[in-house]
Amino acid sequence: MISAFFIFNQKGEVLISRLYRTDFKRSIADVFRIQVVSNSDVRSPIITLGSTSFFHVRMNNLYIVAVTKTNANAALVFEFCYRFINIAKSYFGKVDEESVKNNFVLIYELIDEICDFGYPQNSEIDTLKSYITTESIVSTAIAAEESSKITSQATGATSWRRGDVKYKKNEAFVDVVETVNLSMSAKGTTLRADVDGHIQMRAYLSGTPECKFGLNDKLVIDKSEHGTSDAVELDDCRFHQCVRLHDFNSTRTISFIPPDGEFELMRCVTNSSSLQNTINPMQRTHNSYRSTSNVKLPLRIIPTVNEIGTSQVQYTITIKTSFDNKLSATNVVLRIPTPLNTTSVDCKVANGKAKYVPAENVVVWKLPRIQGGQECTFTGTAYLTSTTTRQVWARPPIDVDFQVLMFTASGLIVRFLKVFEKGNYQSIKWVRYLTKAEGTYQIRVSVRIVCQG
Amino acid sequence: MSQPGQDAKFFQRGKIEELRSELQAAESKDKKYVKRKTVLKRIVANITMGNDMSPLFNDVVQCLGTPLLEIKKMVYLYLISYGRSKPNQIHLVIPYFLQDVNDRNPLIRALAIRTMSYIPIPVVTESLTENLRHCLKDRDAYVRKTAAICVAKLYAADPRKAEKGGFVELLRDLMLDSNATVVANAVAALSEIGDRQDGVIFRLNLATAHKLLNALEESSEWGQIYILDSLLRYVPERHVDAEQMAERIIVQLQHANSAVVLTTIKTLLYLMNYMENRKLIEHCCRKMGPPLVTLLSSGPEVQYVALRNILLIIQRRPTVLKNDVKVFFCKYNDPIYVKLAKLEIMYRLARAENANEVLAELQEYATEVDIDFVRKAVRSIGRLAIKVEAAADKSIEALLSLLETKVSYVVQEATIVIKDIFRRYPGKYEGVIPTLCTHLDLLDEPESKAAMVWILGQYADRIDNADELLDVLLDGFLSEAVEVQLALLTAAVKLFVYKSGSESAKEIVHKVLKWATEDVDNPDLRDRGFMYWRMLAINPSVTGEIVLAEKPPITTDSDRMDRGALDQLLLHTGTISSIYHKNPETFIRNAVGKALVDSPALNSNSRAVLVALPRLQVPDMPIVIPGPGPQEPQAQKRDPPPLASMSKPLPQPEEGTVADVEEEGESDHEDTPDQSKSDDPYSSLGNAFKDYMTDQPRPIVTTSRQRHEDEDLLF
Repeated sequence: MISAFFIFNQKGEVLISRLYRTDFKRSIADVFRIQVVSNSDVRSPIITLGSTSFFHVRMNNLYIVAVTKTNANAALVFEFCYRFINIAKSYFGKVDEESVKNNFVLIYELIDEICDFGYPQNSEIDTLKSYITTESIVSTAIAAEESSKITSQATGATSWRRGDVKYKKNEAFVDVVETVNLSMSAKGTTLRADVDGHIQMRAYLSGTPECKFGLNDKLVIDKSEHGTSDAVELDDCRFHQCVRLHDFNSTRTISFIPPDGEFELMRCVTNSSSLQNTINPMQRTHNSYRSTSNVKLPLRIIPTVNEIGTSQVQYTITIKTSFDNKLSATNVVLRIPTPLNTTSVDCKVANGKAKYVPAENVVVWKLPRIQGGQECTFTGTAYLTSTTTRQVWARPPIDVDFQVLMFTASGLIVRFLKVFEKGNYQSIKWVRYLTKAEGTYQIRVSVRIVCQG
Repeated sequence: MSQPGQDAKFFQRGKIEELRSELQAAESKDKKYVKRKTVLKRIVANITMGNDMSPLFNDVVQCLGTPLLEIKKMVYLYLISYGRSKPNQIHLVIPYFLQDVNDRNPLIRALAIRTMSYIPIPVVTESLTENLRHCLKDRDAYVRKTAAICVAKLYAADPRKAEKGGFVELLRDLMLDSNATVVANAVAALSEIGDRQDGVIFRLNLATAHKLLNALEESSEWGQIYILDSLLRYVPERHVDAEQMAERIIVQLQHANSAVVLTTIKTLLYLMNYMENRKLIEHCCRKMGPPLVTLLSSGPEVQYVALRNILLIIQRRPTVLKNDVKVFFCKYNDPIYVKLAKLEIMYRLARAENANEVLAELQEYATEVDIDFVRKAVRSIGRLAIKVEAAADKSIEALLSLLETKVSYVVQEATIVIKDIFRRYPGKYEGVIPTLCTHLDLLDEPESKAAMVWILGQYADRIDNADELLDVLLDGFLSEAVEVQLALLTAAVKLFVYKSGSESAKEIVHKVLKWATEDVDNPDLRDRGFMYWRMLAINPSVTGEIVLAEKPPITTDSDRMDRGALDQLLLHTGTISSIYHKNPETFIRNAVGKALVDSPALNSNSRAVLVALPRLQVPDMPIVIPGPGPQEPQAQKRDPPPLASMSKPLPQPEEGTVADVEEEGESDHEDTPDQSKSDDPYSSLGNAFKDYMTDQPRPIVTTSRQRHEDEDLLF
């Protein structure tokens, strides 16, 4: 298990150092500094030297590091690092060098609580906040009773919720946030498209509410009402600790007692490749790339890139929308790669702004809004310096970021959210949908070489 | 709720004297203890920065009188850092500890024993043991769960004391506690003790295993991991026991925590060895796929862990993810370690149906920037050609177009794999030899040079100017790497066999034989030189038959890891060991190996390849601890079922088998050198690129048996 936990800044200075076991001295931190921080070519998040293994996760120029001398559970160690980051975020906003230094005493308290002898312990943020605070607590007998409540929550079956929550107005907000991952070939065929869905909930509900949650899950709907076609096939779902997995497994109902406040209720993946199971094998061999029917791609990008001799590259890039006219995509940003020896780029756009960013070798085209049904085009010419040796240009893909409100790429819809509580109060529920892409919506480019003359 | 901290200013080097006088000054007129808090924060910051604060021991301990929890915690943190180095002063602290251990506040009681157990020196351990016994039975679950871990700490500090004090039995009782968190920590502590070479052996019987499963649902995510992990200590005696257990834990695959998912998979894979119901096994395999894919949407570090494990799992359970090769296509901005891991899986999952897609991807990768990645992509194209016959034509085309890039490392990789393709499909692709010959000057690494030399020698009869080309390569013979020298030597002999009439061939072979036998220090090379020389002198025509004997075609069928080794490695799913594909005892000091344990339920194929563990250093005195909780009458009648037999030592490996099986387990990395017995000098080059090819093409000879066996991996 975890023997030591460190946080380093970018220079390799130790900001937090906690040894859980006596098998290491603090000087083990120097080894990490030499092996990872000052190494410009780190090719693995796990480095093993002799019997010692270093795990690290990078976060805003910080290294979150766990060290072990055993054959530790690697997934657990990384999950622990991620969890630490989440807790830290929840306690003091962002996690960077400044905030770590400003809260180092609190961090020591936290890591003493959430990890004992290298074994991660209860790390539910809600519970932690009830007894690890920045306020001064006087340790007198009066606190004892209060503490008993805390300890029974921290070790109880619903360790994520306090029992005494009260709200005047009982509300629950559900955000369905879908991230589309797309990899499209230069020919316009979908290599891979999947949707990574997160259902985020903010529950402001009194008492101990029992919630039931329903989606247009194909497996449920097919059983109950025949003929509905808008059901979605969920490849895989992962649930927050609070969801009763046995219930889901036997009846596909999502039932739970939510933590107070914000939490991620579930994650689901809708995959394009699962289609492969059902497709006729004959078809498969003839049709090497299939476009996917179950992921609705909100934006289509059609790039044409021509290399004219060795001095110019011409771009024509068109964006087409495929969602309802009433909806719109916002914060659309295209990153169009240019060759490494580009000197300048002429950009022409009717919508938004396009600008060449030499430091990143891209043209950034920003469009604040594209209405459904609209089509936008970028034309541009990159001028190249003549080089004697042709530099290898890896032709990175065009990358698109965007957001579309009230649209789900998977077609997922929340059908109901029911709240039962012995207080029998009325509760208001709100549902929002958002589909977005951040650095994972990629269209590969093939460069056609056009001879001059 | 909590205002943002403002503590960054404390990160400044503080002088001991200065801090001491500030602490002393704080003893008077310290409203709300603000001054003391400030000085302590400075001290903690200095500890963090690595400055020795131990001279302040007495002054800091004085602060324990302050009734402020925050100050107490800082002092405790100080004690964890320096307590061990102050055995003569630590007694000053003991009264404070003892007071806290009996505090009414459970958080304080827990904090006290937790801190004490972090200071493993006799004075502290002594007073800890007296109190720990009460704490293990504390009415508050939080104190009990903390106490459970304290036992593991105590055991680490002084195993015999912990045993004599009966703490292991107390822990075992906690496995039946009403609180799931306590149960999980007790299991974690017992597992830790059981994993020690000198520790008490920890095994589970059916009744206890079921008790733990009951606690599973109410445990925290971490607790679930400890419990699921411990199930590998239960050896099913009947198929039905394994099957029921698998059905119970399979829902955990839906958990949000990737470590829960991977540990569940580990347990399922383990139980499947003891299962009989074919449908259920298939069901488990089907259920495992989607969660594994979902792990790929976690952070890159977890993705990496998942990918390395997937690579193992699909070798043992080929139906898992069989149709999901696209999921493993690399994204442009994947970290390099994720890309490399994906590449291997893509190759594994490639078959005739998806070969075109995979090949198109690989070609895409071959134009990227990272040299290592590009090389591996080029190699994979060649391996794809060898693995999937239907893709061979297109792969060769792809390789030829890559040769045109004239990028040195691309050309070298392509040359290496093309050599293997020649051997896989004799007489089919030799037409590309002239193209290869035009890139001779780009080869500057031993492996690619040796590959090219092999091609020149092997096909000298089809290359008009083979003697010229070989002569060029011979220029630097004495300064070449041994593998190239060996290759040149054999190639020269082959050339002479083909063209015995040619003066230049005669000259070349004479030159090389002379160098090899007179000017070279390497004994292998010299011996081989002498051997060829004598063969040629005694009977040149037989030499031809030997040197140009028909070679066994190579295949990739045998590149799958040996099943016994896989079964063993999969017991470590999700751990560091699964990242490196090595058993922990081979690279971690004091690590204890694991192996499947035989039982009537173990399926016969798994039993046939059972890997025995090297003998454990079982403690001299057997420690007898009666089983926990409710006795299990029917289990007692049978002989093998371990009745909560923490007392039972692991099965001793049969004499003589140990070494053999061990060798077999390692075969994946080590059996390439064996082939140097054959006349093909290149077969010994397997390790030249170390990790490039964990599954390097190998001669077919020994594999027919294996292949047959692998057809049904279900059991």
